[in-house]
Amino acid sequence: MLDKVGIAKRIAKEIKDGYYVNLGIGIPTLVANYIPQGMNVVLQSENGLLGMGPFPFEGEEDPDLINAGKQTITTVPGSVFFDSAMSFGMIRARKVDLTILGAMEVADNGDIANWKIPGKMVKGMGGAMDLVASAKNIIVAMQHVNKAGESKLLTKCTLPLTGVKCVKKIVTELAVLDVTPQGFKLLERAPGISVEQIKNATEGKLIIDGDIPEMTIE
Amino acid sequence: MNKTVKNAEEAIKDIQDNMTLMLGGFGLCGIPENCISALVKKGVKGLTCISNNAGVDDFGIGLMLQTRQVKKMISSYVGENAEFERQLLSGELEVELIPQGTLATRCLAAGYGMPAIFTPAGVGTEVAIGKETRKFMVDGAEKEFLMEMAFDADFAIVKAWKGDTHGNLIYRETARNFNPMMAMAGKITIAEVEELVPAGELNPDHIHTPGIYVHRIFQGANYEKRIEQRTVRVR
Repeated sequence: MLDKVGIAKRIAKEIKDGYYVNLGIGIPTLVANYIPQGMNVVLQSENGLLGMGPFPFEGEEDPDLINAGKQTITTVPGSVFFDSAMSFGMIRARKVDLTILGAMEVADNGDIANWKIPGKMVKGMGGAMDLVASAKNIIVAMQHVNKAGESKLLTKCTLPLTGVKCVKKIVTELAVLDVTPQGFKLLERAPGISVEQIKNATEGKLIIDGDIPEMTIE
Repeated sequence: MNKTVKNAEEAIKDIQDNMTLMLGGFGLCGIPENCISALVKKGVKGLTCISNNAGVDDFGIGLMLQTRQVKKMISSYVGENAEFERQLLSGELEVELIPQGTLATRCLAAGYGMPAIFTPAGVGTEVAIGKETRKFMVDGAEKEFLMEMAFDADFAIVKAWKGDTHGNLIYRETARNFNPMMAMAGKITIAEVEELVPAGELNPDHIHTPGIYVHRIFQGANYEKRIEQRTVRVR
């Protein structure tokens, strides 16, 4: 079974040289730590920055320089600032190659729910609806089952949707899956996890085609 | 062309109860701190505030929530504010949550003189309920878009880094965020800046917001620039 860092490490393997990538809050933010050295990747922060660098050293925090999670950050050589309209303009125009975000539920047709639990406090969708509606490629980092052991990979989302038919790939603590027109296609198992365990944890349509390899992460 | 006013109190003097205000900023970054303080002091009520966030309990728009001056918030994310949550659950406060890019682009549309925009954000979700949709060809496939209307705000209140007496503005780093498009979108736009200089001192090539959009400008004082999430790495 993968922990959060494991999920982040596995997703980092999906990033290719030359990509512009938007990382959501939570596990997706961790992905930045595992992008292979020497790979040219530019991180987009939707509050208005391309070229997001690491956290600043203590004492060098700049209140004018934050990421979409409101954390203090730094720039890197080649960084550029822009306004929010342009930020979502480049997202809408599909200039961002890959969007990585978290989810509460994903359906086997690619629907995603990650912004609202009715009856509980509603925080808002932020930029998630814009990102999922326009992204060329969306990878979701999520838990396969909830705390009660119930599947979050469903036939149909039960929570209010963030976007429809948009998720392309999912990495959970148990597996890597593609979202295909036929349903969730199992690609890899997490270390020590059996196909049977993944089957039991997946409520939506699961396609198992031949031997499913165990994933390799450092 | 001198747009200079003395201070925040003078800049907001004709903001009345029940008006619609746009307030720039992302989280607590790039918010018009001086004008927010002046609005709290003035005590105008029943305000509709268009702003990406609602501040935190004791800073930013959160200060105007504590004094019950806000009737309605139009925002994309309001998660960091307990008083906000209390007022929302008790029904004292009305909230319209909209996607962040939609919020930015509805401001932009107002500043560009366009009545509406089409965006795919929110298609197939509860955001789309009651909205006109239209299909367009995108990359050879039909795709559905929502029609979203340009905002109509009585005042836009923005924060810039530098400005000149003509109202030309330059922002700094990610404190730019929603400020430029809100500056363009107000019927009356108020800009507070960290440094106000005579017209002619800013390089025309470096100006982000042309002064034609700005009606009043002043140099703010005592900027706190509070950090919401202080994250650092080990040396």
